[in-house]
Amino acid sequence: MSNNSSGFLSWIDRRFPLTDLWNEHMARYFAPKNFNFWYYFGSLALLVLVMQIVTGIWLAMNYTPNSKLAFDSVEYIMRDVPWGWVIRFMHSTGASAFFILIYLHMYRGLIYGSYKRPRELVWLIGACIFVLLMAEAFMGYLLPWGQMSYWGAEVITSLFGAIPWVGGGLETWIRGDFSVSNATLNRFFAWHAVLIPILLLALVVVHIIALHRVGSNNPDGVEIHDNEDEDGIPVDGVPFHPYYTVKDLVGVGVFLILFSLVVFFVPTLDGWFLEPDNFVKANTLKTPPEIKPLWYFMPFYAILRSVPNKLTGVLSMGASIVALFVLPWLDRSPIKSHRYRGALYQLGLGVFALTFFVLGFMGSQAPTPAHADLGFRFTELYFSFFVLMVIYSRPRSKGFYVGALVVAAALIFGLDWLRVGDIPVDIMLRTWWIPAVYWAVFSILPLFTRLHIPGDVPTRVTSR
Amino acid sequence: MRVLLALLVCITSLVPVLAGAAEGGIKLRHMSVDLSDQASLQRGARIFTNYCLSCHAARQVRYKQVLPGLGISAKEMRDNLMLPGRKIGDKMTVAMTHKEGKRWFGVAPPDLSNIERVRGADWLYTYLTSFYLDPSRPTGVNNAVFPKVAMPDVLWELQGLQKPVYKTVKDADGKTHKVLDGFKVATKGRMTAEQSDRMVRDLVNFLAYMSAPYQHKSHLVGLWIILGLILFTISAYFLKREYWKDVDH
Repeated sequence: MSNNSSGFLSWIDRRFPLTDLWNEHMARYFAPKNFNFWYYFGSLALLVLVMQIVTGIWLAMNYTPNSKLAFDSVEYIMRDVPWGWVIRFMHSTGASAFFILIYLHMYRGLIYGSYKRPRELVWLIGACIFVLLMAEAFMGYLLPWGQMSYWGAEVITSLFGAIPWVGGGLETWIRGDFSVSNATLNRFFAWHAVLIPILLLALVVVHIIALHRVGSNNPDGVEIHDNEDEDGIPVDGVPFHPYYTVKDLVGVGVFLILFSLVVFFVPTLDGWFLEPDNFVKANTLKTPPEIKPLWYFMPFYAILRSVPNKLTGVLSMGASIVALFVLPWLDRSPIKSHRYRGALYQLGLGVFALTFFVLGFMGSQAPTPAHADLGFRFTELYFSFFVLMVIYSRPRSKGFYVGALVVAAALIFGLDWLRVGDIPVDIMLRTWWIPAVYWAVFSILPLFTRLHIPGDVPTRVTSR
Repeated sequence: MRVLLALLVCITSLVPVLAGAAEGGIKLRHMSVDLSDQASLQRGARIFTNYCLSCHAARQVRYKQVLPGLGISAKEMRDNLMLPGRKIGDKMTVAMTHKEGKRWFGVAPPDLSNIERVRGADWLYTYLTSFYLDPSRPTGVNNAVFPKVAMPDVLWELQGLQKPVYKTVKDADGKTHKVLDGFKVATKGRMTAEQSDRMVRDLVNFLAYMSAPYQHKSHLVGLWIILGLILFTISAYFLKREYWKDVDH
């Protein structure tokens, strides 16, 4: 159709498929009409990505990646560069905002089953983006060269040293030195400002292309393309543009208001977005009393710390992220949305969110044995959810649930047995009931109630 | 949504339980920072330049950077707050080197540019009012929030000197401990108790301003930007409603 028209646009279209691209991804991309609150975070994450890149460019204009000058150059941005403080706080707040949005975005995928067939690749690419984002945030945090930048990088890079045989060499290779130093700062700057942003942008494009091939999921988990009219247009779909572009604008407005409240009124958010210790220049001889990452790493940091053995801790933390990658193959239930998956599965999703919060909180606390133990209990719950996904994938016999409970009890006891000597037994005796109750609820209730029985999935999207 | 709310309630009820392990040490005294109080900032700046800025530097701060908050002219600043020979665009450095500081005090006095961001106003306020006589220390004084601090009590002429008051408490195991309970005046200073308390609050107020001089502007700018964004959001909402009114959902 565009070939027949004349003018500038058709001149372009004959040389570049601009109109086709626009139609494919915006004006003729049909999205389900029942998106709710949870569906704002994808477009908002894209907005924050652009914002991080733009503010990042401006910061790089005045930043000096040198261990002698980096801290002062950030102070220079904050104090001497006109509006430098706005740009820096937008960038630092943007990092935290990015994680808030991505965690909500991922949880949305979890509760509505957006990782399932045919969207496995969309989810996998998203999981890769999440890992890249963590690397990006970690490297960016070293750049201001504050106390927590330095010691945080020292601790996290030392984790590679826990790997048998190659660990020590790998640690030095990543740092470019025997400890975190100017060489580390330089390479982290290169990776943070060039390598990872390129990969991030490329993967985001791939993420969206993959999504637009399979179509968006929705809160009912109904495939809208199963109900098309004679023109091939899904009856429950609306063109992304203008319907969702204008709807997302409202989301953008609300988000930017909250974002500005932080940037202009509480930029450090009482130490949660910028730690007080990071306003002190890195001192390689003075270890801070407590080294802890920013809030977005804390759930994973809690998993790492709660396991007494360093290598096992690193592996557990790795496994907690790898679990996300295999999610589409753990949960084999044909039903996507939590709405039709039974009350017990909904409870499991709620407890998983709660677990994530509690792990985050444990990561922020002093590393006492009692905290490590509580962290371990919630680490058990974190992994339990993924096992639960496998069990709840299809109808099981009563014997299966009983067996699951027995295995879970044996595992809980076995893991505590292994921890004897590292954690005082009386502390473990106070908390063993946390995973025990979890497994009792999820494997005994299906024996006596129908709470685990899925509901009927509608054929069309509902309006609630 | 109901699930969400229930979850939120669960989380908020769990936090105090988890936070049960409270921190030790003496309780910090609260003070509120007021950057709109120019007189307070001016008095604080005077104390800072007279008493702090001979050992401690504020290497990140230029003299002229704090002018807007103090509400004084460059000339007034030069005449009252700066040593002769300093320029208004200079940074607040001191003659004492890092090495000398280490030799004289055992530890180099920390830079104060960001000290309020690092320690917080309450900590600084409590710290500066918690020096007490302790003959076992080389400086003759100790500090309740910073035990064995190397810094001498430089404000003693104004504040006076105070003696510690102890009380004995029994812990859970039935053992008794002597803990610091408060202070009593040992030597009167040039200021009354009220004046010296205000003086410290002025000083901390100035330190808070110096840590983040942009705060002076950020609240006003933020207010306008948020007002603009509210207007934007309202119009976006009505635009959305207009587009969606034909969609049956």
